[in-house]
Order: sequence, then C-alpha cells, then structure tokens
Amino acid sequence: MFDIRVQGAPFDYGHECARFAGGRSDTGAIVTFCGIVRGDGALETMEIEHYPGMTERALRQIAKEAARRWALGGIMIIHRFGQLVPGEQIMMVATASAHRADAFAAADFLMDYLKSRAPFWKKEMRKDGTSWVAAKASDEDALMRW
Amino acid sequence: MKLDVLYFAWLRERIGCARETVETEATTVSGLVEELRAREERYTLAFSDLASLRVAIDQELRDFDAPLDGAREIAFFPPMTGG
Repeated sequence: MFDIRVQGAPFDYGHECARFAGGRSDTGAIVTFCGIVRGDGALETMEIEHYPGMTERALRQIAKEAARRWALGGIMIIHRFGQLVPGEQIMMVATASAHRADAFAAADFLMDYLKSRAPFWKKEMRKDGTSWVAAKASDEDALMRW
Repeated sequence: MKLDVLYFAWLRERIGCARETVETEATTVSGLVEELRAREERYTLAFSDLASLRVAIDQELRDFDAPLDGAREIAFFPPMTGG
C-alpha cells in the first residue's frame, strides 16, 4: 500500500511512475507530482537536512491519513536530502485510485502536509550568500483546507 | 533524568552542535528550554523566540507545554520546509 523512501540518491521519475502504474487491475486513475529545485540565476545549490527516523515516521503518518480519507490503491512518496542543484528532482508523490477525484485530492493533501509536517529544512547557497528557507504562513494556512 | 537533545537547521548552527545528552530536572519542554537558556548565551539567543521553533518528543510533534515523563529524545527545530 505504501512505498515511502527517504534517500540522498537521485531517482528516475519516469521509471518510478511506470513501476507505480504497472500491474494494477482495480485502478482507474494515477496522479503523480514531482518537485524540482527551481533555479533563478542566483541559486547555486540547495541543501536539504532532515531528521532521520522522524522523517520516515511522519511520512508514514501522512500517508496513513490520506489512505483513511480517500479510497486509494497505493501511495508512493520519495523525498531526497543532501546537496541538490537547480533542475534536480527533490521529491515525488504518486497516488492510485479507482477514480481521479480521490487520486488528485490525496496527492494535493500529501503535498500540503509534506511541506510543513515532515521534518525537512532547506538551505540555499546563493551567489550573494547562504540562508535557510523560511516556512511560509500560506503553507500553514494550506492545511486548514483539509 | 537523562535526555538526548537534538537540534536541526539554523538552531543547530546557532547552538553549535547537533546532539547532546542533557541531565535535567524539568518536567515539561518549557522547563527544559528554561534550563538550556540559563546555560550559556548561545542557548539564550537560540531559544529567544519559541514562536519560531517547533519541538518533537520521541519523534512526534508536540507543544512546548507537553510533559517530559518517559521521554528519551527531544528535538528542537525551526518550522519545516519539505516538499
């Protein structure tokens, strides 16, 4: 039901999507999302720190909550940590369901909770200095929708 | 009581360590924060605004007024920025 991975290594988005979608006979919809390090000309690298142990636990709790709310046939979450450069894939989620409404809603829910309830912190190394990415009030507000 | 205390992100950088063992008399997270603040200036500065910090007890998010009884690992960190 749950495939949850926290890793430093890159992942192959196409391969993971195909693997997740394969061999399902009771599924009518798959939704996938991939987060990418957004470059802006000044960003050199992004470092992602996490809390080993709690991260896996928090992701599993978030996935369990999604599975409780919607009729899902599967959930995949991959989230990387370590040093990444613009253009690199940071994370992905995938949801499988009989109908698309549940798959879309669950993927949206997972992303909102991943943003502010999974113990990851981003630090940006920019041409003009280094800084930790601050959490946005809008990320916290997004949880109120659910 | 002996606790493993962990710090992440800018809090880790300000305090200058990622993990330490702390001997405490505190019964709540806030009590532990008071003890840490009294230690040295770097702790006082790091814990000056609790609204900008989060805490986990044994890897579960909790409030600062949560009791410490039976806790083994306390982690302090800024609001999370995953995704």
